[in-house]
Amino acid sequence: MSDDELIWRIAGGSGDGIDSTSQNFAKALMRSGLHVFTHRHYPSRIRGGHTYVEIRAAGHEVQSRGDGYNFLLALGDSFARNPQEEAYYGNEEIKPLSENLDDLREGGVIVYDEGLLSEEDVAELDLEKRAKENGWHVYPVDLRSLAKEHGREVMRNTAGVGVTAGLLEMDLEHIEDLMEDAMSGDVLEANLEILHEAYEMVGDEIEVEHDLRIPTGEHETEQALLSGSNAIAYGAIDGGCRFIAGYPMTPWTDVFTILSQNFPDMGGVSEQVEDEIAAAALAVGASHAGAKAMSGSSGGGFALMSEPLGLAEMTETPIVLVESMRAGPSTGMPTKPEQGDLEFVLYTSQGDSSRVVFAPGNIEEAYEQTRLAFHIAWEYQIPTILIYDQKLSGENTNVDVEFFDREPEPDLGSTLTEEELREAAHDASGKFHRFEYEPDNDKHVSPRSLPGQKGGRYLATGNEHSPVGHISEDPDNRVYQMDRRIGKLEAIREELDEEHESNQTYFGDETAEYGIITWGSSQGAVVEAVSRLNESGHSVKGLSVSDMMPFPEAEVEEFLESVDEAMVVEMNATAQFRGLIQKELGRFGDRMTSLLKYNGNPFEPAEVVEGYEVNIADEDREPTAQVRIEPAAGD
Amino acid sequence: MSAFNAIGEEREIDRDEYTPGVEPQPTWCPGCGDFGVLKALKQALPEVGKTPEEVLTVTGIGCSGKLNSYLDTYGFHTIHGRSLPVARAAKLANPELEVVAAGGDGDGYGIGGNHWIHTARENHDITYIVFNNEIFGLTKGQTSPTSPKGHKSKTQPSGSAKTPLRPLSMSLNAGASYVARTAAVNPNQAKEIIKEAIEHDGFAHIDFLTQCPTWNKDARQYVPYVDVQESDDYDFDVTDRREAAEMMYETESALYDGTVLTGRYYVDEDRPSYQEEKSAVGELPDQPLAERYFDDDAEWERSYDLLDRHK
Repeated sequence: MSDDELIWRIAGGSGDGIDSTSQNFAKALMRSGLHVFTHRHYPSRIRGGHTYVEIRAAGHEVQSRGDGYNFLLALGDSFARNPQEEAYYGNEEIKPLSENLDDLREGGVIVYDEGLLSEEDVAELDLEKRAKENGWHVYPVDLRSLAKEHGREVMRNTAGVGVTAGLLEMDLEHIEDLMEDAMSGDVLEANLEILHEAYEMVGDEIEVEHDLRIPTGEHETEQALLSGSNAIAYGAIDGGCRFIAGYPMTPWTDVFTILSQNFPDMGGVSEQVEDEIAAAALAVGASHAGAKAMSGSSGGGFALMSEPLGLAEMTETPIVLVESMRAGPSTGMPTKPEQGDLEFVLYTSQGDSSRVVFAPGNIEEAYEQTRLAFHIAWEYQIPTILIYDQKLSGENTNVDVEFFDREPEPDLGSTLTEEELREAAHDASGKFHRFEYEPDNDKHVSPRSLPGQKGGRYLATGNEHSPVGHISEDPDNRVYQMDRRIGKLEAIREELDEEHESNQTYFGDETAEYGIITWGSSQGAVVEAVSRLNESGHSVKGLSVSDMMPFPEAEVEEFLESVDEAMVVEMNATAQFRGLIQKELGRFGDRMTSLLKYNGNPFEPAEVVEGYEVNIADEDREPTAQVRIEPAAGD
Repeated sequence: MSAFNAIGEEREIDRDEYTPGVEPQPTWCPGCGDFGVLKALKQALPEVGKTPEEVLTVTGIGCSGKLNSYLDTYGFHTIHGRSLPVARAAKLANPELEVVAAGGDGDGYGIGGNHWIHTARENHDITYIVFNNEIFGLTKGQTSPTSPKGHKSKTQPSGSAKTPLRPLSMSLNAGASYVARTAAVNPNQAKEIIKEAIEHDGFAHIDFLTQCPTWNKDARQYVPYVDVQESDDYDFDVTDRREAAEMMYETESALYDGTVLTGRYYVDEDRPSYQEEKSAVGELPDQPLAERYFDDDAEWERSYDLLDRHK
C-alpha cells in the first residue's frame, strides 16, 4: 500500500452524474501526468441506489484497483427522494456515505454533502467516533446549496470536484479544459462558477488538516484513457470488422454501442435485432456474404447463441463473438463481474468444438487479441470468441496513444478471387469443392468463395456434408471433414506460437519457487500482488493466460514445472480455469491450489497477497477477505 | 467490379443451369408437395433473369430445408427456424444478391416465428417461401402450428386443443409488403407468384400449400383450389390493406372447411424496403461490403483517428 497514490471514490445514486464526473476527473488526473485506473460499482437500476466510481492515480504505473481508498466524495443519493420531495424512501440517501466507510484507509479524507444528508442520519453513523479511531479527516460541505445558488442542484458533483481540487491543492486547469470540451453556454458558465466557488471556499473556510496531496508524475508520451469495451471495439475496427448485430445486454452493450455509433461513417452496418439467436445468425449470414462480421452478448444472451455458433463451426463461416461475463447463474448480478462462464464458452453447442477462445487480461491485450481474433477467424474459417468480464468492460486506464498507431487488417483471409476460383476444383455440375483442401495444406483450411462470385457455387450446410456441400453421412467423408475442422486448432496453435508474440503474460522473478496463475481481468491485481510479495521477501512469479482454446500447453506446462507449487486466481466458485489446466495437461492437480472470489467485486491486490500468505506460505489462519481457498487435489 | 462478382451479367439463362447434374437426387417422398416448389422456383428464376450465381437460397431444417440441395444456386442450409436472420444479413452485406429464404410451417411459423414477425416488420427485400403442409414431416408426423384444431398425432393423441395460426394475416399485420398463397398442385400460378415475389422490392411472403402424402393423409390435397384473381366470386383490391385483410381472414377460415383459396392477397409497391430505409438514414453503405475488401484502393479508417476523444 503506497502513500504516494490518490484513490478517489465518488459515491452517489445512479443518475447523479457520477459516471461523467468521474470520467472527466480521471482524464484531468491523466493529463496532469498521472497513471490512472478506474473501477465502477453500480446497481442494476436506472436512478438511485448506491453507486460509486473509484479512480486510482499515481506517478507510477497502476494496473488494478487499489486496496481500499483514501478520499471519499459522498454526494448522497438525490434519487432517494421523488422529484417533488413528497416522499422519502427510507435511508437510501445516506448510503453513499454509510456504505463506503469500511474500505476507507486510515488517515483518509471524507467530504460529504451536508446539504443533502440530514444531520440525524449522519449522527447515527457514529462518524465522529469512527473518524477518531481511524484518523479520518471529515469535511462536511453544503454542496447542494452551492450548486443551486449558481446553477442547478444536479451540479453538486462539480462542486464536489472543486472541493476535492482545493483540498488536494490541485491545479484547476485540466478540469476547466475538459468542462469546456464537454459543455457550452449557460451550463458551462454555471459549472465553471460552481467549480471556482467550491475551490476558493476550501481556502477561505476550511482548515485543512490532512497530508494527502495530489501525487506528481509525468508522461513521456501522449496518453489516452480507454475502457476494455473501447479497446475491443477499436480492435474490431482495425481488424476490418464492418458488420455487427446484437441485442442489448449489460455489459456487452458498450461494445455494440461504440461500433453502432462509428459504423455509419466507416461504411459499416450495425443491426439491433429481435434476440441473440438472430444476432449471431446475422453475423453468420453477413460473413457468408462477404462481410467481416461480429456479434456478442453476456452470459444469458450468449446462451441463445449456441445454435448459430455451432452452425458457424460446421459451415466454417468465420465470425467473432464477444462474451462479457457477469455474475451468474441465470440473470445473476447484471452489473457485477465474475469469471464464471469459461466452461460455458469453451463447450457450449453440440458436437466436438472447433472454435478459438481468447481471454484478454487488460486494455492492450483486449485491442490486440480482438485484431488477432479477426485474423484467425478469417484465415482459418472458424468462430473466434473473446471472453472478458464486466470489470474489463468498464474499467478505464491510460494507454500510450502510440500503441494504437498501426494499420488496419481488412483482408478476408482464405477467400478466393474469381481468378483463383477458375483454377479450383469443381464437380460435374460446376459446383466448387469448397470443403476440400489440397493434400499439402497443413493449415487444414480449404479456401472459400462468396455468393455472387463466378465459379464459386456451393452449399453451406449445418449438416455433415461432402466437398461441395451436399448432405452426406458417408463414414469416410465424415472422418475426413471432422479431422479437417478439428485439425485447424492444432494449426492455429502453431501459428500463435510461431508468428505472434505470446498472448500469455509473465511477470515477477523468472527463477522464483512459487507461481501464481490467473486469467482475464484478474491479471492486474495479481501483477501488483506478485511485485509486493517479492518486495517483502517471497519468491513468486506470475503467469496470466489468454489462450483458452487452443490451449498453450507447452507454455503452461513449462511454468508449472518450474515452480514447487502454484496458486490459481480466478473470480468464480468452482475453479473453472484450474480445471481446464488439469484437463489440458492431464496432471499438476496436486501442485495447484485455488484462490476464488465470487462476491461480485473484483480482486484487490491485498487479497491476492493474503491468499498467498495463507495458502502457500502456510500461515495457519483463515483469510479475512471474502475469498475461498480450494486445496490441491488429494489434500 | 473486377475480382468479385458475377452479378449484373446480362445473358439468356437456361433452366437447366438450376438443376444439378447427377446428384443428389431428392429424398422427398413420392407425391410430396415439395417437388412443386422446386419446380416452380427453377422455372421462375431464369424468367426473372437471374443466373444461379446471383441467387442465394437460404433454408431451415425439415424436408423443406433440402430445397437448395436440389437447386444449383449458392445456398445456405441453416438450422431449424433460423433461415431468415441468415438471409437478411446476407442481403444487407450484399444488396445485389437475390436472396430467397425457405422453410416449413414448423420451421418458419413455429420455432422461427419471432424472426418471421421481425423480418416482415422491417420489410427486408427478400422472398420467403413457407412450405405449409400442416404437419411436421421429417420428424414423422407431429402436429404443427397450422394443423387444424382437433388434429390427432403421436404428440397430441387426443387431438390438438390449439387453434391453427393464420400465416397470411400474421404477415400482413407484421408489415410484409407482399403476401400471397399458392399451392403445389397449381404450378402455373406458383411460378407466376414466385416471379412477382422475387421482383417485389420488400418482404414477399408466400404461404405455399404443399401436401404431405406420408404423414398427413387426412389432409386435403388442396384440390380443388380457387384462384381468387381468376374467380368472379372474389373482388378485392390487393393494394388495399383492409380489403386484403378481410379476404385473408376468409381464406384462412375456409381452408379448414375444405375450400382452398389461393392467389395474391396484398401488394404494397409504395412501402420502401428495409434496405432503402436504412440507406436513407445513412446506415447502409452504397456498395456491397465484400467489394471493399477486394478493392486494393479502398481506404480503411483506423481506430487511431478516433482517439482524440480519449486524450
